[in-house]
Amino acid sequence: MTLAAEAARTAAHGFLSPTGVEVAFLLVGLATLGAALLTVTTRQLVHAALWLVVALGGLAVEYLLLTAEFIAWVQVLIYVGSVVVLLLFGLMLTKAPVGRSPDADSGNRPVALAVALAAAAALVWVVVDAFRTTWIDLDGPAQGSTDVMGQILFQHWVLPFEALSVLLLAALVGAIVLSRKKKEDES
Amino acid sequence: MNDVLDVALRLVVVFVCFLVLPLVVGQTEHKVMAHMQGRLGPMYAGGFHGWAQLVADGVKFAQKEDVVPKDADRRVFQLAPAVALLPYLLVLLAIPIGPGEGAVGQVVDAGIFFVLAVMGVGILGSLMAGWASANKFSLLGALRTAAQLLAYELPMLLAAASVAMAAGTVSLPGILNGFHWWWVPWQIVGALVFFVAGLAELQRPPFDMPIADSEIIFGAYTEYTGLRFALFLLAEYAGIVVLCGLTTVLFLGGWHGPFGADGLGWVWTLLKTAVLAFVVIWLRVSYPRLREDQLQKLAWTTLVPLALAQIALTGIVKVAIN
Repeated sequence: MTLAAEAARTAAHGFLSPTGVEVAFLLVGLATLGAALLTVTTRQLVHAALWLVVALGGLAVEYLLLTAEFIAWVQVLIYVGSVVVLLLFGLMLTKAPVGRSPDADSGNRPVALAVALAAAAALVWVVVDAFRTTWIDLDGPAQGSTDVMGQILFQHWVLPFEALSVLLLAALVGAIVLSRKKKEDES
Repeated sequence: MNDVLDVALRLVVVFVCFLVLPLVVGQTEHKVMAHMQGRLGPMYAGGFHGWAQLVADGVKFAQKEDVVPKDADRRVFQLAPAVALLPYLLVLLAIPIGPGEGAVGQVVDAGIFFVLAVMGVGILGSLMAGWASANKFSLLGALRTAAQLLAYELPMLLAAASVAMAAGTVSLPGILNGFHWWWVPWQIVGALVFFVAGLAELQRPPFDMPIADSEIIFGAYTEYTGLRFALFLLAEYAGIVVLCGLTTVLFLGGWHGPFGADGLGWVWTLLKTAVLAFVVIWLRVSYPRLREDQLQKLAWTTLVPLALAQIALTGIVKVAIN
Protein backbone atom coordinates (compact mmCIF):
# COMPACT_ATOMS: atom_id res chain seq x y z
CA MET A 1 0.00 0.00 0.00
CA THR A 2 1.38 3.38 -0.93
CA LEU A 3 1.84 6.14 1.57
CA ALA A 4 -0.79 8.31 -0.05
CA ALA A 5 -3.46 5.64 0.18
CA GLU A 6 -2.50 5.00 3.76
CA ALA A 7 -2.80 8.68 4.58
CA ALA A 8 -6.23 8.80 2.94
CA ARG A 9 -7.43 5.88 5.01
CA THR A 10 -6.30 7.32 8.31
CA ALA A 11 -7.52 10.81 7.46
CA ALA A 12 -11.12 9.69 7.87
CA HIS A 13 -10.35 8.84 11.50
CA GLY A 14 -8.72 11.90 12.99
CA PHE A 15 -7.17 11.92 16.43
CA LEU A 16 -8.73 15.27 17.25
CA SER A 17 -12.40 14.24 17.21
CA PRO A 18 -12.56 11.00 19.16
CA THR A 19 -15.81 9.08 19.42
CA GLY A 20 -17.29 8.00 22.72
CA VAL A 21 -15.99 4.46 22.37
CA GLU A 22 -12.46 5.72 21.71
CA VAL A 23 -12.57 7.92 24.81
CA ALA A 24 -13.87 5.01 26.89
CA PHE A 25 -11.16 2.75 25.46
CA LEU A 26 -8.48 5.25 26.45
CA LEU A 27 -9.85 5.76 29.97
CA VAL A 28 -10.19 2.03 30.65
CA GLY A 29 -6.67 1.59 29.29
CA LEU A 30 -5.34 4.19 31.74
CA ALA A 31 -7.16 2.52 34.63
CA THR A 32 -5.75 -0.85 33.59
CA LEU A 33 -2.24 0.59 33.41
CA GLY A 34 -2.67 2.15 36.84
CA ALA A 35 -3.87 -1.13 38.34
CA ALA A 36 -0.96 -2.95 36.72
CA LEU A 37 1.53 -0.45 38.19
CA LEU A 38 -0.06 -0.86 41.63
CA THR A 39 0.22 -4.64 41.25
CA VAL A 40 3.99 -4.47 40.98
CA THR A 41 4.60 -1.61 43.42
CA THR A 42 2.31 -2.44 46.35
CA ARG A 43 4.05 -3.82 49.44
CA GLN A 44 1.12 -6.04 50.42
CA LEU A 45 1.20 -9.40 48.71
CA VAL A 46 -2.51 -10.16 48.61
CA HIS A 47 -3.29 -6.60 47.51
CA ALA A 48 -0.99 -7.19 44.55
CA ALA A 49 -3.09 -10.22 43.56
CA LEU A 50 -6.31 -8.18 43.93
CA TRP A 51 -4.95 -5.32 41.84
CA LEU A 52 -4.06 -7.95 39.25
CA VAL A 53 -7.77 -8.83 39.16
CA VAL A 54 -8.56 -5.18 38.36
CA ALA A 55 -5.89 -5.06 35.64
CA LEU A 56 -7.05 -8.31 34.00
CA GLY A 57 -10.69 -7.21 34.26
CA GLY A 58 -9.80 -3.88 32.63
CA LEU A 59 -8.19 -5.82 29.79
CA ALA A 60 -11.43 -7.81 29.37
CA VAL A 61 -13.38 -4.53 29.10
CA GLU A 62 -10.93 -3.38 26.41
CA TYR A 63 -11.62 -6.57 24.44
CA LEU A 64 -15.35 -5.89 24.80
CA LEU A 65 -14.88 -2.38 23.43
CA LEU A 66 -13.04 -3.91 20.46
CA THR A 67 -16.20 -6.09 19.90
CA ALA A 68 -14.26 -9.28 20.79
CA GLU A 69 -16.91 -10.56 23.19
CA PHE A 70 -15.79 -14.19 23.24
CA ILE A 71 -12.16 -13.29 24.02
CA ALA A 72 -13.33 -10.97 26.80
CA TRP A 73 -15.34 -13.66 28.61
CA VAL A 74 -12.59 -16.24 28.19
CA GLN A 75 -10.17 -13.70 29.64
CA VAL A 76 -12.40 -13.35 32.72
CA LEU A 77 -12.99 -17.11 32.95
CA ILE A 78 -9.34 -18.17 32.71
CA TYR A 79 -7.43 -15.30 34.27
CA VAL A 80 -9.73 -13.79 36.89
CA GLY A 81 -11.62 -17.00 37.67
CA SER A 82 -8.79 -19.52 37.69
CA VAL A 83 -5.30 -18.04 37.54
CA VAL A 84 -5.88 -15.41 40.23
CA VAL A 85 -7.70 -17.95 42.43
CA LEU A 86 -4.66 -20.22 42.09
CA LEU A 87 -2.39 -17.28 42.95
CA LEU A 88 -4.44 -16.44 46.04
CA PHE A 89 -4.46 -20.12 47.04
CA GLY A 90 -0.67 -20.14 46.86
CA LEU A 91 -0.39 -16.86 48.79
CA MET A 92 -2.65 -18.17 51.56
CA LEU A 93 -0.45 -21.26 51.93
CA THR A 94 2.49 -18.91 52.58
CA LYS A 95 0.60 -17.20 55.43
CA ALA A 96 0.73 -13.84 53.66
CA PRO A 97 0.24 -11.33 56.49
CA VAL A 98 -2.33 -8.55 56.63
CA GLY A 99 -0.27 -5.40 56.13
CA ARG A 100 3.15 -5.01 54.62
CA SER A 101 5.49 -7.87 53.79
CA PRO A 102 8.97 -6.37 54.29
CA ASP A 103 10.73 -9.55 53.16
CA ALA A 104 8.89 -9.70 49.84
CA ASP A 105 11.57 -7.66 48.01
CA SER A 106 14.09 -9.86 46.22
CA GLY A 107 16.37 -6.93 45.36
CA ASN A 108 15.90 -7.42 41.63
CA ARG A 109 13.99 -4.19 41.17
CA PRO A 110 16.26 -2.53 38.55
CA VAL A 111 16.56 -5.69 36.44
CA ALA A 112 12.81 -6.27 36.58
CA LEU A 113 12.19 -2.66 35.58
CA ALA A 114 14.56 -2.96 32.62
CA VAL A 115 12.93 -6.21 31.42
CA ALA A 116 9.43 -4.77 31.83
CA LEU A 117 10.28 -1.59 29.93
CA ALA A 118 11.95 -3.55 27.12
CA ALA A 119 8.98 -5.90 26.82
CA ALA A 120 6.50 -3.01 26.87
CA ALA A 121 8.48 -1.09 24.22
CA ALA A 122 8.68 -4.14 21.96
CA LEU A 123 4.96 -4.90 22.30
CA VAL A 124 3.83 -1.32 21.75
CA TRP A 125 6.10 -0.98 18.73
CA VAL A 126 4.91 -4.24 17.12
CA VAL A 127 1.21 -3.61 17.80
CA VAL A 128 1.31 -0.01 16.61
CA ASP A 129 3.24 -1.00 13.50
CA ALA A 130 0.86 -3.86 12.69
CA PHE A 131 -2.48 -2.17 13.29
CA ARG A 132 -1.79 1.51 12.58
CA THR A 133 -4.29 1.76 9.74
CA THR A 134 -6.81 -0.80 10.93
CA TRP A 135 -10.11 0.55 12.19
CA ILE A 136 -12.99 -1.46 13.54
CA ASP A 137 -16.37 -0.71 12.02
CA LEU A 138 -18.59 -0.57 15.08
CA ASP A 139 -21.82 -0.13 13.10
CA GLY A 140 -21.50 -3.31 11.04
CA PRO A 141 -21.85 -6.91 12.29
CA ALA A 142 -19.63 -7.76 15.24
CA GLN A 143 -16.17 -8.74 14.01
CA GLY A 144 -15.17 -10.55 17.17
CA SER A 145 -18.23 -12.75 17.72
CA THR A 146 -17.80 -16.40 18.67
CA ASP A 147 -18.73 -17.48 15.17
CA VAL A 148 -16.07 -15.34 13.45
CA MET A 149 -13.50 -16.18 16.12
CA GLY A 150 -13.99 -19.92 15.70
CA GLN A 151 -13.72 -19.77 11.93
CA ILE A 152 -10.55 -17.68 11.98
CA LEU A 153 -8.97 -19.78 14.72
CA PHE A 154 -9.61 -23.14 13.05
CA GLN A 155 -8.95 -22.05 9.46
CA HIS A 156 -6.03 -19.62 9.52
CA TRP A 157 -4.47 -20.14 12.92
CA VAL A 158 -4.94 -23.85 13.45
CA LEU A 159 -1.20 -24.64 13.46
CA PRO A 160 -0.29 -22.20 16.30
CA PHE A 161 -3.39 -23.45 18.15
CA GLU A 162 -2.22 -27.06 17.95
CA ALA A 163 1.35 -26.10 18.83
CA LEU A 164 0.04 -24.37 21.97
CA SER A 165 -1.95 -27.49 22.91
CA VAL A 166 1.25 -29.55 22.68
CA LEU A 167 3.03 -26.98 24.84
CA LEU A 168 0.30 -27.23 27.50
CA LEU A 169 0.42 -31.02 27.33
CA ALA A 170 4.17 -30.90 27.89
CA ALA A 171 3.63 -28.65 30.91
CA LEU A 172 1.03 -31.09 32.29
CA VAL A 173 3.35 -34.06 31.88
CA GLY A 174 6.15 -32.05 33.48
CA ALA A 175 3.96 -31.26 36.49
CA ILE A 176 3.11 -34.93 36.93
CA VAL A 177 6.78 -35.94 36.69
CA LEU A 178 7.80 -33.33 39.27
CA SER A 179 5.10 -34.31 41.77
CA ARG A 180 5.89 -38.04 41.43
CA LYS A 181 9.60 -37.52 42.00
CA LYS A 182 8.97 -35.79 45.32
CA LYS A 183 7.00 -38.74 46.63
CA GLU A 184 9.85 -41.20 45.95
CA ASP A 185 12.33 -38.96 47.79
CA GLU A 186 10.13 -38.86 50.85
CA SER A 187 9.79 -42.63 51.05
CA MET B 1 -36.07 7.59 24.85
CA ASN B 2 -37.98 4.36 24.32
CA ASP B 3 -34.73 2.38 24.30
CA VAL B 4 -33.62 3.91 27.58
CA LEU B 5 -37.00 3.09 29.14
CA ASP B 6 -36.78 -0.46 27.80
CA VAL B 7 -33.33 -1.02 29.29
CA ALA B 8 -34.33 0.55 32.62
CA LEU B 9 -37.46 -1.60 32.83
CA ARG B 10 -35.50 -4.79 32.13
CA LEU B 11 -32.94 -3.89 34.79
CA VAL B 12 -35.68 -3.19 37.34
CA VAL B 13 -37.43 -6.52 36.61
CA VAL B 14 -34.16 -8.49 36.90
CA PHE B 15 -33.31 -6.64 40.11
CA VAL B 16 -36.69 -7.44 41.64
CA CYS B 17 -36.27 -11.12 40.68
CA PHE B 18 -32.80 -10.99 42.22
CA LEU B 19 -34.25 -9.74 45.51
CA VAL B 20 -37.39 -11.89 45.64
CA LEU B 21 -36.42 -15.33 44.29
CA PRO B 22 -33.57 -15.99 46.78
CA LEU B 23 -35.92 -15.11 49.65
CA VAL B 24 -38.55 -17.50 48.28
CA VAL B 25 -35.92 -20.25 48.12
CA GLY B 26 -34.79 -19.40 51.65
CA GLN B 27 -38.31 -19.53 53.05
CA THR B 28 -38.96 -22.81 51.21
CA GLU B 29 -35.76 -24.17 52.75
CA HIS B 30 -37.01 -23.24 56.25
CA LYS B 31 -40.32 -25.00 55.71
CA VAL B 32 -39.14 -28.02 53.70
CA MET B 33 -36.27 -28.76 56.08
CA ALA B 34 -38.60 -28.43 59.05
CA HIS B 35 -41.18 -30.83 57.67
CA MET B 36 -38.52 -33.35 56.61
CA GLN B 37 -37.26 -33.29 60.19
CA GLY B 38 -40.71 -33.57 61.76
CA ARG B 39 -40.93 -29.91 62.83
CA LEU B 40 -43.18 -27.05 61.79
CA GLY B 41 -40.55 -24.39 61.07
CA PRO B 42 -41.33 -20.66 61.39
CA MET B 43 -45.04 -20.21 62.23
CA TYR B 44 -45.51 -16.70 63.69
CA ALA B 45 -43.88 -13.95 61.61
CA GLY B 46 -46.46 -12.45 59.25
CA GLY B 47 -49.29 -14.64 60.51
CA PHE B 48 -49.83 -17.28 57.83
CA HIS B 49 -47.31 -20.13 58.36
CA GLY B 50 -44.53 -17.65 59.12
CA TRP B 51 -44.29 -16.36 55.55
CA ALA B 52 -42.51 -13.15 56.65
CA GLN B 53 -39.77 -14.90 58.61
CA LEU B 54 -36.99 -13.86 56.19
CA VAL B 55 -38.25 -10.26 56.09
CA ALA B 56 -37.99 -10.23 59.88
CA ASP B 57 -34.50 -11.77 59.58
CA GLY B 58 -33.52 -8.99 57.18
CA VAL B 59 -34.71 -6.31 59.60
CA LYS B 60 -32.76 -8.03 62.39
CA PHE B 61 -29.56 -8.11 60.31
CA ALA B 62 -29.92 -4.44 59.37
CA GLN B 63 -30.19 -3.47 63.06
CA LYS B 64 -27.07 -5.34 64.15
CA GLU B 65 -23.75 -3.60 64.67
CA ASP B 66 -21.35 -3.80 61.73
CA VAL B 67 -18.07 -4.96 63.27
CA VAL B 68 -14.70 -4.93 61.52
CA PRO B 69 -12.02 -6.79 63.52
CA LYS B 70 -9.09 -4.66 64.68
CA ASP B 71 -6.40 -6.60 62.82
CA ALA B 72 -8.44 -7.06 59.66
CA ASP B 73 -7.62 -5.48 56.32
CA ARG B 74 -10.45 -2.95 56.49
CA ARG B 75 -11.07 -2.17 52.83
CA VAL B 76 -10.80 -5.72 51.49
CA PHE B 77 -12.93 -6.95 54.40
CA GLN B 78 -15.67 -4.44 53.61
CA LEU B 79 -15.54 -4.95 49.86
CA ALA B 80 -15.76 -8.76 49.95
CA PRO B 81 -19.59 -9.16 50.34
CA ALA B 82 -20.21 -7.00 47.27
CA VAL B 83 -17.73 -9.02 45.22
CA ALA B 84 -19.49 -12.21 46.33
CA LEU B 85 -23.02 -10.97 45.56
CA LEU B 86 -22.85 -8.80 42.42
CA PRO B 87 -21.75 -11.55 39.95
CA TYR B 88 -25.00 -13.44 40.54
CA LEU B 89 -26.99 -10.31 39.67
CA LEU B 90 -25.05 -10.04 36.40
CA VAL B 91 -25.63 -13.73 35.60
CA LEU B 92 -29.36 -13.36 36.20
CA LEU B 93 -29.37 -10.70 33.46
CA ALA B 94 -28.39 -13.27 30.84
CA ILE B 95 -30.74 -16.14 31.73
CA PRO B 96 -33.73 -16.33 29.36
CA ILE B 97 -36.98 -17.38 31.02
CA GLY B 98 -39.19 -17.41 27.93
CA PRO B 99 -39.01 -17.35 24.13
CA GLY B 100 -38.37 -14.10 22.32
CA GLU B 101 -36.44 -10.91 23.02
CA GLY B 102 -38.77 -9.80 25.79
CA ALA B 103 -38.00 -12.60 28.26
CA VAL B 104 -34.29 -12.10 28.82
CA GLY B 105 -32.53 -9.20 30.56
CA GLN B 106 -29.81 -8.93 27.95
CA VAL B 107 -28.99 -11.23 25.02
CA VAL B 108 -25.29 -12.12 25.27
CA ASP B 109 -23.62 -13.61 22.22
CA ALA B 110 -21.28 -15.90 24.17
CA GLY B 111 -23.85 -16.54 26.91
CA ILE B 112 -22.43 -19.77 28.38
CA PHE B 113 -18.97 -18.28 28.71
CA PHE B 114 -20.40 -15.10 30.20
CA VAL B 115 -22.34 -16.87 32.95
CA LEU B 116 -19.55 -19.30 33.86
CA ALA B 117 -16.90 -16.56 33.82
CA VAL B 118 -18.92 -14.20 36.00
CA MET B 119 -19.92 -16.96 38.44
CA GLY B 120 -16.23 -17.76 38.89
CA VAL B 121 -15.57 -14.16 39.93
CA GLY B 122 -17.99 -14.53 42.86
CA ILE B 123 -15.60 -16.97 44.54
CA LEU B 124 -13.07 -14.14 44.86
CA GLY B 125 -15.44 -12.62 47.44
CA SER B 126 -15.04 -15.64 49.74
CA LEU B 127 -11.26 -15.64 49.28
CA MET B 128 -11.04 -11.90 50.06
CA ALA B 129 -13.26 -12.35 53.13
CA GLY B 130 -11.25 -15.29 54.41
CA TRP B 131 -7.89 -13.61 54.04
CA ALA B 132 -8.88 -10.12 55.19
CA SER B 133 -10.51 -11.35 58.42
CA ALA B 134 -7.08 -12.15 59.92
CA ASN B 135 -8.59 -15.22 61.54
CA LYS B 136 -7.28 -18.77 61.25
CA PHE B 137 -10.70 -20.33 60.78
CA SER B 138 -11.50 -17.81 58.06
CA LEU B 139 -8.22 -18.50 56.29
CA LEU B 140 -8.84 -22.27 56.44
CA GLY B 141 -12.31 -21.73 55.03
CA ALA B 142 -10.96 -19.62 52.18
CA LEU B 143 -8.30 -22.24 51.42
CA ARG B 144 -10.93 -24.96 51.23
CA THR B 145 -13.08 -22.70 49.04
CA ALA B 146 -10.22 -22.18 46.59
CA ALA B 147 -9.34 -25.88 46.47
CA GLN B 148 -12.98 -26.77 45.88
CA LEU B 149 -13.40 -24.20 43.11
CA LEU B 150 -10.25 -25.34 41.29
CA ALA B 151 -11.49 -28.94 41.36
CA TYR B 152 -15.08 -28.35 40.27
CA GLU B 153 -14.68 -25.55 37.70
CA LEU B 154 -13.34 -28.00 35.10
CA PRO B 155 -16.19 -30.59 35.08
CA MET B 156 -18.72 -27.73 35.10
CA LEU B 157 -17.12 -26.15 32.01
CA LEU B 158 -16.85 -29.50 30.22
CA ALA B 159 -20.52 -30.32 30.86
CA ALA B 160 -21.57 -26.89 29.58
CA ALA B 161 -19.33 -27.32 26.53
CA SER B 162 -21.16 -30.57 25.72
CA VAL B 163 -24.48 -28.70 25.47
CA ALA B 164 -22.86 -25.99 23.36
CA MET B 165 -21.60 -28.71 20.98
CA ALA B 166 -25.05 -30.27 20.79
CA ALA B 167 -26.73 -26.96 19.97
CA GLY B 168 -23.93 -25.59 17.79
CA THR B 169 -24.04 -22.25 19.59
CA VAL B 170 -22.85 -20.72 22.87
CA SER B 171 -25.77 -18.30 23.23
CA LEU B 172 -28.33 -19.29 25.88
CA PRO B 173 -31.46 -18.37 23.86
CA GLY B 174 -29.83 -20.04 20.84
CA ILE B 175 -29.43 -23.30 22.76
CA LEU B 176 -33.10 -23.23 23.79
CA ASN B 177 -34.19 -22.51 20.22
CA GLY B 178 -32.43 -25.68 19.07
CA PHE B 179 -33.80 -27.83 21.89
CA HIS B 180 -35.62 -31.12 21.27
CA TRP B 181 -37.07 -33.38 23.95
CA TRP B 182 -34.54 -36.18 23.28
CA TRP B 183 -31.72 -33.85 24.35
CA VAL B 184 -32.68 -34.59 27.95
CA PRO B 185 -31.73 -38.31 27.88
CA TRP B 186 -28.84 -37.52 25.51
CA GLN B 187 -27.28 -34.96 27.89
CA ILE B 188 -28.42 -36.42 31.20
CA VAL B 189 -24.90 -37.34 32.37
CA GLY B 190 -23.70 -33.83 31.58
CA ALA B 191 -26.68 -32.42 33.47
CA LEU B 192 -25.82 -34.43 36.59
CA VAL B 193 -22.16 -33.42 36.40
CA PHE B 194 -23.11 -29.75 35.92
CA PHE B 195 -25.56 -29.76 38.81
CA VAL B 196 -23.22 -31.53 41.23
CA ALA B 197 -20.27 -29.30 40.29
CA GLY B 198 -22.51 -26.25 40.66
CA LEU B 199 -23.57 -27.37 44.15
CA ALA B 200 -19.91 -27.71 45.07
CA GLU B 201 -19.15 -24.22 43.77
CA LEU B 202 -21.97 -22.81 45.87
CA GLN B 203 -20.61 -24.68 48.92
CA ARG B 204 -24.00 -26.20 49.59
CA PRO B 205 -24.31 -29.45 51.55
CA PRO B 206 -23.02 -32.10 51.02
CA PHE B 207 -20.16 -29.93 49.69
CA ASP B 208 -20.12 -27.43 52.58
CA MET B 209 -16.64 -28.28 53.82
CA PRO B 210 -15.45 -24.63 53.48
CA ILE B 211 -18.16 -23.38 55.87
CA ALA B 212 -18.47 -26.53 58.01
CA ASP B 213 -19.80 -25.08 61.26
CA SER B 214 -18.74 -28.00 63.46
CA GLU B 215 -15.10 -27.69 62.33
CA ILE B 216 -14.25 -24.12 61.38
CA ILE B 217 -17.23 -22.13 62.72
CA PHE B 218 -18.44 -20.50 59.47
CA GLY B 219 -15.30 -20.52 57.34
CA ALA B 220 -14.56 -17.30 55.51
CA TYR B 221 -17.64 -15.57 56.95
CA THR B 222 -16.82 -16.16 60.62
CA GLU B 223 -15.96 -12.53 61.41
CA TYR B 224 -18.88 -10.95 59.58
CA THR B 225 -21.87 -9.39 61.30
CA GLY B 226 -25.03 -7.52 60.43
CA LEU B 227 -25.78 -6.49 56.88
CA ARG B 228 -22.52 -7.76 55.40
CA PHE B 229 -23.19 -11.24 56.75
CA ALA B 230 -26.70 -11.05 55.32
CA LEU B 231 -25.22 -10.19 51.92
CA PHE B 232 -23.13 -13.37 51.99
CA LEU B 233 -26.21 -15.41 52.85
CA LEU B 234 -28.15 -13.68 50.06
CA ALA B 235 -25.30 -14.55 47.68
CA GLU B 236 -25.67 -18.23 48.61
CA TYR B 237 -29.40 -18.26 47.88
CA ALA B 238 -29.01 -16.15 44.73
CA GLY B 239 -26.44 -18.76 43.73
CA ILE B 240 -29.03 -21.52 44.14
CA VAL B 241 -31.48 -19.62 41.94
CA VAL B 242 -28.79 -19.02 39.29
CA LEU B 243 -27.54 -22.62 39.31
CA CYS B 244 -31.05 -24.09 39.06
CA GLY B 245 -31.98 -21.58 36.35
CA LEU B 246 -28.86 -22.41 34.35
CA THR B 247 -29.38 -26.18 34.67
CA THR B 248 -32.96 -25.67 33.49
CA VAL B 249 -31.87 -23.61 30.49
CA LEU B 250 -28.92 -25.76 29.48
CA PHE B 251 -30.19 -29.29 30.12
CA LEU B 252 -33.94 -29.34 30.77
CA GLY B 253 -35.19 -27.27 27.88
CA GLY B 254 -36.08 -24.05 29.68
CA TRP B 255 -39.37 -22.74 28.36
CA HIS B 256 -40.19 -25.91 26.36
CA GLY B 257 -42.92 -28.02 27.93
CA PRO B 258 -45.36 -30.78 26.97
CA PHE B 259 -48.14 -28.22 26.38
CA GLY B 260 -48.96 -24.53 26.56
CA ALA B 261 -45.91 -23.40 24.59
CA ASP B 262 -47.49 -20.08 23.59
CA GLY B 263 -47.23 -17.42 26.24
CA LEU B 264 -46.74 -19.83 29.13
CA GLY B 265 -43.08 -20.67 28.50
CA TRP B 266 -41.89 -18.69 31.49
CA VAL B 267 -44.10 -20.81 33.77
CA TRP B 268 -42.23 -23.93 32.64
CA THR B 269 -38.87 -22.25 33.30
CA LEU B 270 -39.90 -21.19 36.79
CA LEU B 271 -41.45 -24.59 37.54
CA LYS B 272 -38.33 -26.54 36.53
CA THR B 273 -36.13 -24.09 38.46
CA ALA B 274 -38.32 -24.52 41.54
CA VAL B 275 -38.16 -28.33 41.35
CA LEU B 276 -34.35 -28.18 41.11
CA ALA B 277 -34.22 -25.76 44.05
CA PHE B 278 -36.28 -28.28 46.03
CA VAL B 279 -33.71 -30.97 45.16
CA VAL B 280 -30.93 -28.68 46.44
CA ILE B 281 -32.76 -28.32 49.77
CA TRP B 282 -33.54 -32.05 49.88
CA LEU B 283 -29.85 -32.89 49.46
CA ARG B 284 -28.99 -30.61 52.36
CA VAL B 285 -31.33 -32.50 54.67
CA SER B 286 -30.45 -36.02 53.54
CA TYR B 287 -26.70 -36.18 52.83
CA PRO B 288 -23.78 -36.09 55.29
CA ARG B 289 -20.87 -33.74 54.61
CA LEU B 290 -18.07 -34.98 52.36
CA ARG B 291 -14.50 -34.95 53.69
CA GLU B 292 -11.89 -32.87 51.86
CA ASP B 293 -10.22 -35.91 50.23
CA GLN B 294 -13.61 -37.33 49.22
CA LEU B 295 -14.46 -33.95 47.66
CA GLN B 296 -11.32 -33.91 45.54
CA LYS B 297 -11.66 -37.58 44.63
CA LEU B 298 -15.25 -37.12 43.48
CA ALA B 299 -14.26 -34.23 41.22
CA TRP B 300 -11.13 -35.66 39.62
CA THR B 301 -11.92 -39.38 39.39
CA THR B 302 -15.68 -39.30 38.78
CA LEU B 303 -16.98 -36.00 37.46
CA VAL B 304 -14.16 -35.13 35.03
CA PRO B 305 -14.15 -38.57 33.31
CA LEU B 306 -17.97 -38.53 33.17
CA ALA B 307 -17.95 -35.06 31.61
CA LEU B 308 -15.33 -36.14 29.05
CA ALA B 309 -17.39 -39.25 28.21
CA GLN B 310 -20.44 -37.01 27.76
CA ILE B 311 -18.50 -34.79 25.35
CA ALA B 312 -17.41 -37.85 23.36
CA LEU B 313 -21.01 -39.11 23.22
CA THR B 314 -22.24 -35.67 22.15
CA GLY B 315 -19.64 -35.56 19.39
CA ILE B 316 -20.51 -39.03 18.08
CA VAL B 317 -24.26 -38.41 18.05
CA LYS B 318 -23.78 -34.98 16.47
CA VAL B 319 -21.68 -36.42 13.63
CA ALA B 320 -24.15 -39.31 13.18
CA ILE B 321 -27.08 -36.87 12.88
CA ASN B 322 -25.32 -34.68 10.36
